[in-house]
Amino acid sequence: MTSELAVETHTLRKLYGRKLAVSDCTLAVRRGEAFGLLGPNGAGKSTCVKMLLGLVRPTAGTGQLLGEPLGAVAARRRVGFLPEHFHFQDWLSGTELLHLHGRLLGMESGRLRRRVPELLERVELGRQGRKPIREYSKGMQQRVGLAQALLQEPDIVFLDEPTSGLDPLGRMLVRDLIAEQRQRGATVFLNSHLLGEVEVSCDRVAFVKAGRVLETRDLRAPEAVTVVNVRARSVPRDGWGRMGIQGRRQDDASGSDPAKGGEPPEAWRFELPRPELLPELLRLLVDAGAEVFEYTPRRDSLEETFLRVVGHEGDGQ
Amino acid sequence: MKSAITLIAATTVHQAVRRKLVLMAAVACGGFLLLYGLAFAAAMANAHNVINAASRLIQREAASSFMLLGLYAADLLTATIAILAASDTISGEISSGAMQTLASKPVARWQIFLGKWVGFVLLLTALLAVLQGGVMLIAWGFTGYSAPNVASGLGLLWLEMVVLVTITLLWGTRLSTLANGVLSLGLFGLAFLGGWIEQLGAVTQHVRVVQIGIVASLIMPSEALWRRAAFDMRSPLSAAVNFGPFTWASVPSGLMVVYAAAYAALALMLGLRSFATRDL
Repeated sequence: MTSELAVETHTLRKLYGRKLAVSDCTLAVRRGEAFGLLGPNGAGKSTCVKMLLGLVRPTAGTGQLLGEPLGAVAARRRVGFLPEHFHFQDWLSGTELLHLHGRLLGMESGRLRRRVPELLERVELGRQGRKPIREYSKGMQQRVGLAQALLQEPDIVFLDEPTSGLDPLGRMLVRDLIAEQRQRGATVFLNSHLLGEVEVSCDRVAFVKAGRVLETRDLRAPEAVTVVNVRARSVPRDGWGRMGIQGRRQDDASGSDPAKGGEPPEAWRFELPRPELLPELLRLLVDAGAEVFEYTPRRDSLEETFLRVVGHEGDGQ
Repeated sequence: MKSAITLIAATTVHQAVRRKLVLMAAVACGGFLLLYGLAFAAAMANAHNVINAASRLIQREAASSFMLLGLYAADLLTATIAILAASDTISGEISSGAMQTLASKPVARWQIFLGKWVGFVLLLTALLAVLQGGVMLIAWGFTGYSAPNVASGLGLLWLEMVVLVTITLLWGTRLSTLANGVLSLGLFGLAFLGGWIEQLGAVTQHVRVVQIGIVASLIMPSEALWRRAAFDMRSPLSAAVNFGPFTWASVPSGLMVVYAAAYAALALMLGLRSFATRDL
């Protein structure tokens, strides 16, 4: 029976001599989802990925990748990987590099002949495929690296800081490629310290600090909603605390009478203890005689969560 | 998976061609052989003039000595190229990160190491054939002299090159390129010095000094293999009178050759294991 999890680890730990690189990497990544590992520089994200791929041996802990023990050759057939600080065989051309890696993956030559030009075109290197990689810019190397990671249409793709060295167009390309992988059912494991990149591309995210996975958050789940921005007239000033709701007027109230018709609506911010109170708050407002013009549930931003969970960079590292 | 080893070996050869290693080795070999050929021709012409009436045996002896001198110089050149070329292949790819993409493919680490080893052995076998074969051809072309026991002599020189490549690849699994090159060349130098210490000890009949030389050969048997090869390929006259510029007072035994082969095999196994177990 195939596990529903693409990645499953329990307290993976890595010591380099006396230096603790990862103290507890416990993850459960579902098949077909885009999962982000988010943390400050030096938090141990890359070491976690390397342990998953068998490049680094864990000091302790267990785990599985695509249902196989970590480091198993069978799993690596179905894995794509773009390392963070990679350096390809720069004496090869882009086309030759992809053929070499395809052959190492056991791809048939006929399939490679079709797949390589298609992928080079997809990463917008179609005309540059014959050039030696040593003549590529950093961005072009990153693109050929991405192509290399997607060669055999892997079941899971590990992208370690994939937008490093890319211009805004390149970043959009990465975002599109991640979306394409998800559409065809592949799992994407994105390692990044860029909040925006993870927020746009990922379904779930785990926060890592000082080698420990602290918290996992579902970015698509509605229960993540805790804040509501409201624009309304005649909002009662108090009485919200009884349900644990906190309401605060955002704009300057001086010189205006909110109860009077014709006045501009007030801006309010409500914080809800539970997302189930979203419809309840709206009903309370209407029952209290408020005229509601806008009712906008807002997610707690990833940046806010990141700062809450991880703290400022350097804290406690 | 045999094909992965073949693929990595072919890539290693391809890399040597693309990075102009083969071209530069060809230029070095061409220069060496040209210089050697000119010198050989001049030396033989002088020898012919001076000893016009002398026996053909002496002329052959001169050709043999000059050929062994050429083989010795070619051996030093081959050994240096072997160490310099192999010192970067594993350690350089680990430090640059290129190894991460290779090792994350469905290929066992030992296959990567073995593939690179096979690639380098093939490249250096070709180098050895061109250089040592060229020296022998020049000697034969100018004087008609061909050394005895060529097959075993060349086989020993090949084993010396294999020892050097294997030990350099082994260090490359744990050391940086620079540290690896320094250590490997240092060991080669130690063996060179040990060989001469052993000769000195044998000539002066100091057993302790001979033993020191033997210990050096046990640490790195490359020089011992060269001395055995030169011993095997010396001229029949040198063999008969036991005298000549490459006639050794202390000759490495057959057991030392077996030891060198076991040394290379052990270094290969340790290299496979070391690379398979290290973090990338």
